[in-house]
Amino acid sequence: MPQQAAEPQPAHPSARVRVAAAIVSFIGELCITAGLLLFAFLAWQLWWTDVVANKDQAAQVQAIEHSFDTAPPTKKPGAKPKPANLGDAFALVRIPRFGKGYVRPVHEGTAADVLDRGIGHYVGTALPGQVGNFATAGHRTTYGKPYADIDTLRVGDRIVVETRTAYDVYVVTDHQIVLPTQVDVIDPVPSKPGVAPTIAVMTMTSCNPKFSAAQRYVVHARLDHAYTRAQGLPAGTLTPPKGG
Amino acid sequence: MYAALWRLLPGPPLVRALICLVLILAVLAVCFTWVFPWLAPHMPFNDVTVGDH
Repeated sequence: MPQQAAEPQPAHPSARVRVAAAIVSFIGELCITAGLLLFAFLAWQLWWTDVVANKDQAAQVQAIEHSFDTAPPTKKPGAKPKPANLGDAFALVRIPRFGKGYVRPVHEGTAADVLDRGIGHYVGTALPGQVGNFATAGHRTTYGKPYADIDTLRVGDRIVVETRTAYDVYVVTDHQIVLPTQVDVIDPVPSKPGVAPTIAVMTMTSCNPKFSAAQRYVVHARLDHAYTRAQGLPAGTLTPPKGG
Repeated sequence: MYAALWRLLPGPPLVRALICLVLILAVLAVCFTWVFPWLAPHMPFNDVTVGDH
């Protein structure tokens, strides 16, 4: 080739080739490593966080049930209930539609580290059974995914919220899919900012579609009946509904 | 770089392979314990609340 003829011959032509090959293989190995780490991240996010969170939440549920059973409420009857400390679990949610044994802890707050441990309660919204909006958020994928099947809820489905004092049975009234900015879904009267509430409702929010943060899947429910702990739940309340 | 690592490791091939396995598990353990939990909040699919978060 003419170019080679013009240049002086390199002392070790094979040395150049070896350096080039080393650089190319180094970059190639980096790419393969990055790809494998990406798979590892997916495995961690989609599988391992569920393994850890399901175990953690099952243990929490046991501890909460035990505390409800052994430590009766300390406050005087009629006193205004106070919200739990941020991050503390204060209630259990049972949703028969999600399976007979479905039970998850509810914590105060909706920060990421709180939601990784179960269902979160929006700070400042009503407490279970209170007039107003008991608003909650839960993962639809990953971290035990308490609200994975939120899209299977149908009008009339029961949501049972257990606290130290009562079982509050809510009944699903409607659902909507909104933008993440639409905060009025958790207003005391959902989607009616500034209006004073007269009834007790519950709101569940999760992401939509699955694996995306583009929208929020929102379910509203209305308090149907409240039972004291002494009364207990009527038989059949937790029986999963039939049909879709 | 993996070829260089292989050359650096001592012992017969079987021992080297075992050391490699331990190294891979160590990297995965570090990722599962520290790197991925730090990375996850920056991913776009873990957001379930309405409002500013």
